[in-house]
Order: sequence, then structure tokens, then C-alpha cells
Amino acid sequence: MVPGVGHLVLGRRQLGVHLLVYTLIVLGVLGWRWGRFAHAFTTTAVDQWVAALFLVASLVGAVGFSVWDVRRIARRPARPHEGKSPMRIAMRRFRANALAVASVYVILLLYLVAILAPLLAPHDPATIEHVLETRYLAPSWAHLMGTDEFGRDLLSRAIYGARISLSIGLLAMLVAKLIGTTYGAIAGYAGGWVDNVMMRAVDVVIAFPTFYLMLMLVGVFEANILVLVLILGLTAWPGTARFIRGEFLSLKEQEFIESARGIGLPPYRIILKHLIPSALSPVLVSAAFSVAGMIGAEAGLSFLGLGIRPPTPSWGNMVSAGQDALLVAWWVAFFPGALLAAVLISFSLLADGLRDALDPKALMRRYV
Amino acid sequence: MARYILKRLLQSIPLLLGIVTVTFFMIRLAPGDPMGMYLEPQRQRQVDPEVIELIRKRYGLDQPIHVQYVRWIANVVRGDFGESFRHRRPVNRLLAEAIPYTLQLTVLVLLFDALFGIALGIISAVKQYSALDKTVTLSSLIIYAIPGFWLALMLVLVFSVQVNWFPTSQTRSMDYDFLSSGGKVLDRLWHLVLPVFVMGVASAAGTARYMRNRLLEVLNEEYVVAARARGFPERTVIVKHAVRNALIPIVTIYGLSLPFLLGGATIIESIFAWPGMGRLTVEAVGGRDYPIIMATTMMAATLTVLGNLLADVALTVVDPRVSLEGKPRAP
Repeated sequence: MVPGVGHLVLGRRQLGVHLLVYTLIVLGVLGWRWGRFAHAFTTTAVDQWVAALFLVASLVGAVGFSVWDVRRIARRPARPHEGKSPMRIAMRRFRANALAVASVYVILLLYLVAILAPLLAPHDPATIEHVLETRYLAPSWAHLMGTDEFGRDLLSRAIYGARISLSIGLLAMLVAKLIGTTYGAIAGYAGGWVDNVMMRAVDVVIAFPTFYLMLMLVGVFEANILVLVLILGLTAWPGTARFIRGEFLSLKEQEFIESARGIGLPPYRIILKHLIPSALSPVLVSAAFSVAGMIGAEAGLSFLGLGIRPPTPSWGNMVSAGQDALLVAWWVAFFPGALLAAVLISFSLLADGLRDALDPKALMRRYV
Repeated sequence: MARYILKRLLQSIPLLLGIVTVTFFMIRLAPGDPMGMYLEPQRQRQVDPEVIELIRKRYGLDQPIHVQYVRWIANVVRGDFGESFRHRRPVNRLLAEAIPYTLQLTVLVLLFDALFGIALGIISAVKQYSALDKTVTLSSLIIYAIPGFWLALMLVLVFSVQVNWFPTSQTRSMDYDFLSSGGKVLDRLWHLVLPVFVMGVASAAGTARYMRNRLLEVLNEEYVVAARARGFPERTVIVKHAVRNALIPIVTIYGLSLPFLLGGATIIESIFAWPGMGRLTVEAVGGRDYPIIMATTMMAATLTVLGNLLADVALTVVDPRVSLEGKPRAP
């Protein structure tokens, strides 16, 4: 019943260790912050409920999955040999890349912290009291990252800021990839004049330099979180659209698609089940790079005062606030930026790892 | 060649038209009255309604939308982007003042990038897996991924605040006017160091990575092996044969960086209070100064289109295998 132990016994060490460690972490957080956890169910704040329910769901999920999977494995006969599907090969190559794997852990950890923010943050990021006594305190045990000009604990603000920055990055990337893939799929599959017209529109959007397009859209529309996600997503979709369209145009002529059409599959099924999976790998790599780009763009906009505005913490606007205090309180600018750098580096390493793992040419390189 | 360029320019016109149209309709989409283009929304309430009507008539806002559209295009073609709200001066004048400052930064950054980025990339590829290569690869990845504004602030912290080697902002010192002319030049250069260094390092990191990968690919090609077999000294093989071929796509990249020349320095300019295009745009966006926003965006987009053209033409010049029409030429 204890998550992970079952897998360890069966010899599936990796899965077992991961499950066990994760469960221990969840239990640890529960124990450490029991008071807040219990209190969360009495408030109406959505984020507290999300954090608390997430912990509960993690626990239930870990136990449930563990039981189910162990049973499933025990039932099956032992496999004579492992399958060598491309996905398996890619996963194995990816796991050999230590930096990439480490990045995955870092990213997952940060997202976990972001979700559990209300439970984990040592202080309230918004409370301002006794400003004169608490402003610009250097990092100490009480305030691990120091305090800002209003006496707010920077670590807590950074944790809440992580939520904003990380979720905007992820959501914006999803928006961009979804719109881009759909648009490109339609254009590529349809071909002909439809494709032509659609690509002209893409050309117009691509002509605007990304950051300038964002600036213009931010200047025209009010910048709250939802609008920001949309703006970031709307500036990035053309790249994916172009790529998918190109892939579809060439894949369309291949035999397996012809035969799919021949047996009467409707277009949407061909697109969803055959064309898109074939074009997927570069899109995955691009998605990883794209998240980094989105997080960076949001940070840049917030830094300039055009994205998320204070007092809502975003790593970008925290660095901006720190700029004024560079002389007296270097930590205000340093820590949020360092976290940003860590996230961006992690996503870059992840994307590099994905690219190397999924690279079809690498298969041949072993024999050269 | 000239005919091709002309043809491409003509082909770009619909695209440019599209850009202008998009920017035109952007402003109509803004919450509020299109009057916001000529008179800030806040001030509209303070002004007498009759005056507002006059302004409307003056700028043709009471006309149907297609008439306004034609007027807009006519103005753009003439270079008249209207007047800035906050500065109360013609936008093109403001642009003309800001552009040289930005160019000072971006041209130097491109030079820095070309010099260090390419050189480091070459060395890195030639001595693959050496300590130098590993250092360059890892550090260029890190520098490339770090948010530019943070890197800038950290460098300012270290080099300006702690050590006071370089000034923290502005283009010139307070006592600029009292310096000798040689002193003035030096002062300008001194102020340029940090901004250029920050942007240049990040940019060079990217170029070095790219150059390294390219050169590694090229070094596996057959003609390199052939050149070695013919007995050329390694230096010649690398420089004359491999590097030249590896540089080809890099030329395209530099062509595509034409819009960077004017728009790439937005954040750095804001940090260093540099009076260039970037800072102008950022302030305009913050202050909802629509004329400037429209003008800079259109300029940036137009430069991108031109940059694409430049990159394509440059590629033809540099790579004899590529013909303008896309058909392979005889070797």
C-alpha cells in the first residue's frame, strides 16, 4: 500500500523511488504545515483550496496508482525483451543526459512550490506593517531572501511570483502551440488557395518583431494576467503554424496517408491520429524553448512596468523594484532574477536534451 | 540582381500594406474612442465638447472608416505619423532624434557579437571537448538563457555600484560640456561600455553556440576531408575551407538582425536611461502614446521585411550554390 514500495520489490526501481520520494515530500509538507492545511478548507480563497486539494489528490493518486500498477505488473507474464519503439529510444537517450534530467527535477520542483504557495510561503506576501523597522532587511534566518522597500518578506513574494510567472509561461505556450498547430494543420492539409491565403496572414504577423508586437498589444489593451497570456500566445503562434503546415504538406503525399484516405478515414482523424503525431517531435522541442521564451517575455514586460503591475508579485516587477535599491539592498533585485535565470536555464537545458534525444540523425551518428 | 531586388520589393508591398492595415485597426480595437489617437482619453473629458468636434473634423474622424483608412495610408507614405501626446511634437522628429542613440548601441553590439561570437565559436568547434570548449558551451548557454535585464543589473551592481569603474546610466556625464573634445569622445565611449557589453555578451553567446554547431557539421563534410587529404596545413583547411562554408547561414542571420538595429535594445535602454528608440517605445506604451507606438511598430515590421530581403540577397552573394530563383546553379 505504501506508494513505491511495491514497485521497488518488483524491481522497478526508478518508478518505485520516485513514488516513494514524492509521497514523503507530500507527507512532509502536510506535517509541517498542518495548521495551514486544515485552515485552507475554511477559507474561500481559491488558491488555498487548490493547494490543499492538490496535496490530497497527490496522496490519493500516489497510493492509488501504486496499487493499480503493481497489480497490473504482477498479472502480466515477464516480458522477453523490451520494445524498441522510437519513444522508448528517445526516453532512454534523454535519461542519459544528466543535465536535462536535473532540469526536469528543478522545473517540477518549482511548479510544485508554485502550486503549494499558500501553504509554503513563510510570511504573507502582501502584509505591510511596521514598515520602518522591517524595510530592506538583509537576508537572515527570519527572512531568507530579505525584505523589500515595504518590509514584505521577499521569499514569500518570490514564491507567489513563481505562480504568476510560471503559469503565464506555461499557459501562453499552450495557447501559442494549440492555435499554431490547428492553423497550420488546416492550412497544410487543405493546400491550394486556402493554404495560400492563410499563409499570407501568417506572413503579416511574422513581419512584426515579437517583442514589438507584444509592446503594441500591451499598449492597446489592458494588461491583466489573462490578457497577458493571450498576448504572449498570439505573438508566437505563427512559427508553429508555418512549421506544421510545411510538415503536413510533405507528409500528405506519403503512402501511409494515402492508404488512410483510401480506407475512408475522415480528414479530422487522419490529421489527429496520423499527421500530427508524425510532426510532433520538433514541436515538443520547440514547446520547451517556447516556455522559456514566454517566461522571459513576461518577465521583461513586467520589468518595464507593462506586464503584471505591483503589488501583484511577478519576478519581473520585483527585479524592477530592486533596481531603485541597488545601492542599499542588492538582494531585492538579485533573488527574483536569479530564480528567473534558474528557470530559464532549466528549460533551455530541457529543450536541448529533448532535441538531442529526439534527433533522428543521432541514430546514425553511432555508426559514423 | 537589380531586377530581382526590384521584384522582391514590389512583392513586399502587399505585406507592407498588411502591416499598415493591422496597425491601423489595432488602434480602433483599443478600448475607447479612436479619438484616443489624437487626444488622450483623460483629457477628452476636460475639453469643451465643441472643441472635440472640431478636432474630430480636423482629423477626419467623422468620416467613414474607409476614408480614414486611405488618409492614414497617405500620411504614412509621406512619413507623417502625427504628433505625440506627451511630447507634443511630431513623431517623426522624435524618431529622428532617438534613432542615432539606438544605433550607437546596436551597431557596436553587432560588431562585438561578430568579433567574439564567431571567434569563440570557431575555437570551440576546433578544439571540441577541450576544457575551453566545455567552458564556452556551458557559459554561453547560461548567459544566453539569463534574462537580459537581470544580467544588466548584476553587472551594474558589480561594476558600477561596488567598484565604480563605469557609470550607471545616461549617455554622458554631468560635466560633459566642460570637457575637451577628446574628453567628450572618451566620455561617450566610457558610457557605452556597460550597455554594449551586456547586450554583446548575450548576443555573442548565442552566436558562438550557433557557429560552433555549424562548424562541427561542416568539419564532417567531404570537402574538408578532401582538403586534408590534399595536404593543406590544418590552418588553411579550417580557415579557408571550413569556416567560410560554416559562415554562410550566419550571414543570413545578420541580415535578419536588421530590425534588431532599431528595436533590440528596449530593455537595456530602459535600464541605462539611454534616450533611444527602445526607451521611447516603452514610455509610449506606458503612457498610451498611440502615435509613437504605431510609428515604431510599423517601422520595426517594415525593417523585418527588408531584413528578410537583405538576408536572401546576401545568401545568394555568399553561397554560389544558391540562385535567386531557388533553383540550384551549376557549380
